[in-house]
Amino acid sequence: MTLDPSYLEYPMRRRGMDHDSYPYSALPTRPPLHWPDARLLQIWPVISLEYFPMVPSDTPFRAPGHMQTAYPDYRHYTAREYGTRIGIFRLLDAFEAVGARVSIACNSAIAQRYPALLETILAGGHEIIAHATDMNATIASGMPAGAEAAIIHESVETLQRLTGQRLRGWLSIARSQSFDTPRLLAEAGIEYMCDWVNDELPYDFATPAGSIVNIPLNHELSDRQIINVQQQSVDSYAQQIEDAAAWLLAEAEAGGGRMLPLHLTPYIMGLPYRIDAFDQLVRRLAALPGAGFATGADILNAWKARQ
Amino acid sequence: MTDAPAANPGLYAYAPWRDRPKLEWPDGKTCAVWVAPNLEFYELDPPANPHRKSWPRPHPDVVGYGHRDHANRVSHWRMAEVMSRHGFPGSVSLSVALCDHIPEVVEDAAARGWEFFSHGIYNTRYSYGMDEAQERAIIEDSIATVKRLTGQTIRGWLAPALTHTPRTLDLIAEYGLDYTCDLYHDDQPTDIHVASGRLTAIPYSLEVNDHYGFFIYNMSPREYADTLIRQFERLASEGEKSGTVMCIPLHSYLIGQPHRIGPFEEVLRHIAADGRAWIARAGEIVDSYRAQTGGAA
Repeated sequence: MTLDPSYLEYPMRRRGMDHDSYPYSALPTRPPLHWPDARLLQIWPVISLEYFPMVPSDTPFRAPGHMQTAYPDYRHYTAREYGTRIGIFRLLDAFEAVGARVSIACNSAIAQRYPALLETILAGGHEIIAHATDMNATIASGMPAGAEAAIIHESVETLQRLTGQRLRGWLSIARSQSFDTPRLLAEAGIEYMCDWVNDELPYDFATPAGSIVNIPLNHELSDRQIINVQQQSVDSYAQQIEDAAAWLLAEAEAGGGRMLPLHLTPYIMGLPYRIDAFDQLVRRLAALPGAGFATGADILNAWKARQ
Repeated sequence: MTDAPAANPGLYAYAPWRDRPKLEWPDGKTCAVWVAPNLEFYELDPPANPHRKSWPRPHPDVVGYGHRDHANRVSHWRMAEVMSRHGFPGSVSLSVALCDHIPEVVEDAAARGWEFFSHGIYNTRYSYGMDEAQERAIIEDSIATVKRLTGQTIRGWLAPALTHTPRTLDLIAEYGLDYTCDLYHDDQPTDIHVASGRLTAIPYSLEVNDHYGFFIYNMSPREYADTLIRQFERLASEGEKSGTVMCIPLHSYLIGQPHRIGPFEEVLRHIAADGRAWIARAGEIVDSYRAQTGGAA
């Protein structure tokens, strides 16, 4: 099949990006970013709390970690629930032992189903980030009109009602957006999203409803990517995180503040044979000179206050 | 030139590894090492090619696009600095539209003394299905675009996203390009049978490409670094009989991630300190090979 002549036309071939959401910007050319307390490196843990209905939805796509066998898939349903019953508490213990407050990317269904868990998170001073309603609430282009806005609205409203807090951050399932998502998030009053991993610092992202900040939650450094997808050990994971921290600290000395996002999944990292190594990693990170733990809201505040 | 599929593409003569004529690299070096960063631009919303999807997800594929965009905003600069620190120039596999979108990156590479060859217009536009006129158009576009921004005349080709037609090799030779990076049959340069001119296949690599290392073989950063050192050690040793070529093909959005760049820097330090490596650009390796081998094989 010969290609249509339009395949060799490039209407967006121009200076800068092929869209208007953000301008090109090379990290080394930016003014140095200064974190509070003269920190060089903000280590940003984000723990995903996910509820997987045992009847999975494939529209617009099935979420990573979802059911895999014929119904009833007890093994995946319950293994994911292990994370919300036990794994999350092990992770919280690890962070609270070093006085760290973290961000929790939470399906609103978790807050509805498990009030005791929500109470623990709020009592610990951790931040809640909206993370859709449940793991059937994936987003992509091509959804029926209104369906995406309904997911965002229900997630944000439910979490705000149950936490009594105004939510500032959003993480999409699998970081998947439609062309409308940033606008819908801005309209819902969300101040930052975590989905675009094209940078290592916050930046402003334009939408027809005004600007939203993107704080990149590096997927390459997630426990899902390193342990679940690439099948590496928790010891290798710890080494990779420490190699990253060392590199970023050195870069920050010369170029200004850096971020190290740690995206964590309770049913992956919160297992008995992994958690000790992770707990020790958290203690070593806490002892790194120049580094400290931060929530997404802390990072957002520093970004908005920059000079 | 024909579009009919050929079971035997007749690319080159068979040449056994034992008892090859001796290739000698400058200063008695045994392994020519070249680093091939892919400097790319992927489109957010490209048109569909009926033979291959651009993105696995509906547009916008935020994770895929964002990952590639990380290269131009962050990781190119990190990777390039490490390469320069250890004396490794790049031979760039270039999505030539990057010259239009983000000339900063291309100009930085040119200022570091890097060489450019074409990797198509965008890495989201594929050659599958192109007729001869369309394929000539992307070759001519590649030559003109790189010339305009950098003053360099491109000498090589790596098919966009490794998509070919049966006439690609004949066409790039006709346009005077000297080398192709698309053939993986050897650890030494090889002259390729083409309709006109002379075309040399320079060893590139998929096996030690960072994309394969991290996403096909699922290596940790340190395992990948160890893989590159083992590759070098063997090729430098065998190169005592006849000079070998080692390519390190990179994507900065992979190798330039903060958990990978440190172990990778140790690889460059190791190879630079070894003494057996001729650290060169692709064109220099092809020139040396041609000076030693005369006419087309």
